[in-house]
Amino acid sequence: MSFVFYVVAALTLAGALSAVLLKNLVHCALAVSIAFAGLALFFLQLDAEFVGFAQFLVYVGAVAILVVFAILLTRGSETPKKTEIFSRTWLTGLAVAGAIFAVPAWAVLQAAPWMIHTTEKPAVTVQEIGNALMGRYVLPLEIVALLLTAALIGAVIVAMHEKEGRNS
Amino acid sequence: MIEKADQIFVLLLHWLVGFLPASWQHVASTILCVATIVLLYPALFAIAVLLERKGLGRMQNRYGPNRVGPFGILQPVADGIKSLTKEDIVPFRADALVHFIAPLVLVVAVFMGFAVMPMGRNMVLVDMDASLLFFFAMGASTELSVFMAGWSSRNKYSLLGAMRAVAQMISYEVPLLLSSVVIVMMTGSLSLVKMVEAQNQYTWGLPHWYVFTPWGLAGFVMFVIASMAETNRSPFDLPEGESEIVAGYFTEYSGFKFALFFLGEYVGMFGIAGLGTTLFLGGWSAPLAALSVVPSWIWFFGKVMLWICFFIWVRGTLPRLRQDQLMNFAWKFVLPMTLVNLVVAALWRFMGEGLLRWIVCTAIVVVAYAAMGRVEMRRERLGPRSYRYAE
Repeated sequence: MSFVFYVVAALTLAGALSAVLLKNLVHCALAVSIAFAGLALFFLQLDAEFVGFAQFLVYVGAVAILVVFAILLTRGSETPKKTEIFSRTWLTGLAVAGAIFAVPAWAVLQAAPWMIHTTEKPAVTVQEIGNALMGRYVLPLEIVALLLTAALIGAVIVAMHEKEGRNS
Repeated sequence: MIEKADQIFVLLLHWLVGFLPASWQHVASTILCVATIVLLYPALFAIAVLLERKGLGRMQNRYGPNRVGPFGILQPVADGIKSLTKEDIVPFRADALVHFIAPLVLVVAVFMGFAVMPMGRNMVLVDMDASLLFFFAMGASTELSVFMAGWSSRNKYSLLGAMRAVAQMISYEVPLLLSSVVIVMMTGSLSLVKMVEAQNQYTWGLPHWYVFTPWGLAGFVMFVIASMAETNRSPFDLPEGESEIVAGYFTEYSGFKFALFFLGEYVGMFGIAGLGTTLFLGGWSAPLAALSVVPSWIWFFGKVMLWICFFIWVRGTLPRLRQDQLMNFAWKFVLPMTLVNLVVAALWRFMGEGLLRWIVCTAIVVVAYAAMGRVEMRRERLGPRSYRYAE
């Protein structure tokens, strides 16, 4: 645990906390992108280059922008008048959050020995990841590809529909 | 001698670092390299701005800057001093913190890309496995900074400009990535250094640059288009369309913060030009085997500056696109072309050596280009535009 780890950890936690606690929704979105970037840095610290950059590209580059667009298009960027931090349904929120936390926690505990007793770092190159994706995991990859293509075409069709409606 | 000239900066670095104790050498060389990059590109920025103003002036039958120094070549210095001493005005209702951070995020993000750029033989700061991915990951964060600038200004023109910019950058990032995937498929690596090495071979004195293959040429054209849109250059400069939204997302920036946006834009241009050079134009390799005696870094920066000159030329030539044309072009023409290009590249890979693959691949690219262009032109209703919200 180096000095860099603590700096990144503090940054990520601060980002995540302010994403929940800040009042202005756009501020929250920007804070959550700091948390995303911090997570990417964690992956990089663990020598997981590919995952780290992918996290950066997808979450900071696309998901954060998507969130921001959603906020602006729904006029949620105005600061609400209420000053309470806790909403009235905080008990439900707590239950949902607990349930969401419990599932991965259970999965992690069920998984194979959770303290790995090896000293040497596993070295995985991007090339190996590519070979694995194209070899052993090609079926899941193709399924994901099909799903994403369907989503892309669906988005185009949704956008097209409006145009045709205007003409008729 | 030739070897020495080629490696002059590497040797200089080793010589300088040699004065320090061994334990400091790694840190010192990193700091020196980073400092060089951070100083070099603003200097190039000054040259490029002058070139652009002079060149555009020439294209528009006027002089351009000609008052500061001989032929106006000291104009960038004057501009720099002016922007440093100008008052920094922040709008009263602006979100002060986000307004302050936005230009910094932009400049940091655009400089990060140079960390993995091979600027000459052995001249790369970090030679990592996934350097192409790193470049795009850093490029992606500029979108967020543009949004931050536009939103925090509390100005509708800024916000409109930011929304335009983000929509445009997201749309053109897809073809930009897909047109570079072809190169990854051919090289079998995400490392920019390996890509240059793969292109640094010669047959009959001619280079193996990827741009000289059917799929490479198609990818190159798509990459150039997408890179112009990605850096908000004309004809894709809607985000800062002066006649419509003042100056887009940086309307409310003045003084040095404005200069930072300006710098970020140009350094981003250098970055994308450097990436395109590395991917398609052989990076630092010479255009002819006989010219390999010229140092590799001269070729890299020469190609980048040529690319910038091309950008300036296009800016002086083409009118600005409309928003709907911009989006239609990205999603209905550039994106399908890059997808076709992926198939062509795969065919090229598996057809083996020979004349046949040249004919087949060229035919597919040309037919796809012509067919898509014709279908799009037929569908395009040329004539007076019908407005939905303004009549």
